[in-house]
Amino acid sequence: MKYAFIIAGVLLIALTIAAGLIWVERRLLALFQDRYGPNRVGPFGLFQVLADMIKIFFKEDWIPPFADKAVFVLAPGILIATILLTFAVIPFTGNFLVLDSNIGILFFLGNSSLGVYSIVLGGWASNNKYSLLGSIRASAQMLTYEVFMGLSLVGVVMMANSFSLKEIVEAQRGGWFIFPQFVAFVIFLIAGIAETHRVPFDIPEAEGELVAGFHSEYSGMKFGMFFVGEYLGVTLISSLIVTLFFGGWLGPSFLPPAFWFFFKTAIFICLFILIRASLPRPRYDQLMEVGWKVLLPLVLLNILVTGGIIIYLNL
Amino acid sequence: MISILRSIWYVFLHAFHRRETQGYPEKKPYLPPRYRGRIILSRDPEGKERCVACYLCAAACPVDCIALQAAEDPDGRRYPLFFRINFSRCIFCGFCEDACPTYAIQLIPDFEMGEYDRKNMVYEKQHLLIAGQGKYHGYNFYRVAGAEMGVKGTGEGENELKPVDLKNLIH
Repeated sequence: MKYAFIIAGVLLIALTIAAGLIWVERRLLALFQDRYGPNRVGPFGLFQVLADMIKIFFKEDWIPPFADKAVFVLAPGILIATILLTFAVIPFTGNFLVLDSNIGILFFLGNSSLGVYSIVLGGWASNNKYSLLGSIRASAQMLTYEVFMGLSLVGVVMMANSFSLKEIVEAQRGGWFIFPQFVAFVIFLIAGIAETHRVPFDIPEAEGELVAGFHSEYSGMKFGMFFVGEYLGVTLISSLIVTLFFGGWLGPSFLPPAFWFFFKTAIFICLFILIRASLPRPRYDQLMEVGWKVLLPLVLLNILVTGGIIIYLNL
Repeated sequence: MISILRSIWYVFLHAFHRRETQGYPEKKPYLPPRYRGRIILSRDPEGKERCVACYLCAAACPVDCIALQAAEDPDGRRYPLFFRINFSRCIFCGFCEDACPTYAIQLIPDFEMGEYDRKNMVYEKQHLLIAGQGKYHGYNFYRVAGAEMGVKGTGEGENELKPVDLKNLIH
């Protein structure tokens, strides 16, 4: 019974944050661009999300006649499902987590790889050349960043001696992993942005070049799923960064652990939005070049050095 | 790498900059007195219509949005029988104001003319005519020059000389 409550709680929190982020992102982008953003509907424009939701629900649920219908409908679901599944292994606090899996990180990496199927299949099923180009880019991008994303976590795993996210947080009682694993943190952050397909790395969408990339043909709530999926991804990556590098729920004890977790996550969500506000999109061969030629050697070096120090100090 | 971090930092600093947005419907913008907005017809200091229905504004109008019909009152003073401006065509160029010899037609700093029905954009004379003198106070076309129209006698206008008796040898 307690289990069901936690699952419901995690789903509720994740989806509420993802929906709220639509408003937060628009307000923050406006702040960085010296504008106000949505501030008319309700207090501070908070009901804008509600209005958008009502609008998107009432839109025609259009499936193009030339599309592969079954896959077309399935694709947005895969995205949401894989991201929400990953929330199962995130330790919000020591007690508030669905699953303390001993392969938590692998579970996340596997799910994030599966999430790419949503984009590839969505673009493929749309039967539209722009969508297909978006999907091709998504798979190329995925091949690039998944490699150094996985490898960047190896250093953390070696230091914590565990794949379980809960134990990784516990291992940071002595000091956050950001300090010894700074390179890994930077690389994971870059990979995380690529993972969520956000500006600078929104190459599969690239509205300037590909209409809307893989979701050109999507409308109504199916588009909404991709949209919310992006914000769920941002929340997920932010909470993972906090868990892996910034001590998760650990913090001064005058405030509850849950506060520290959400506070740190919020900071990284804001960072994601700030990066979106500041950086232009690279060409996708540039992303692959940097990924394979710079970040991969760096992350391998990081593993080597971390491993060497651990062996040298007999930790 | 450095330039990426620098641009992120500069964008972050913009969070503390003043916002450029004007909260328009609540906070009205300042419009200079010569702003070319809604068109009005003004009256002279005596409260009579300034317009003499000379058709110059209608002729000057590049989009032909002004229509009027001249008429004369018992004194022989011309006035527009109707005066119609189709604001859905008007481009607010102000040529009509420049063309007007009597300062009758004027553009004022008001642009809030939204309508739900297109035909409500057609303003008739009763909508255009205002009670006051608009931008040019104290100016009365018939007081300065021109023929006798029940306003002044010949040669009694401002800056106007008495008529010369051409047949009088004393001059």
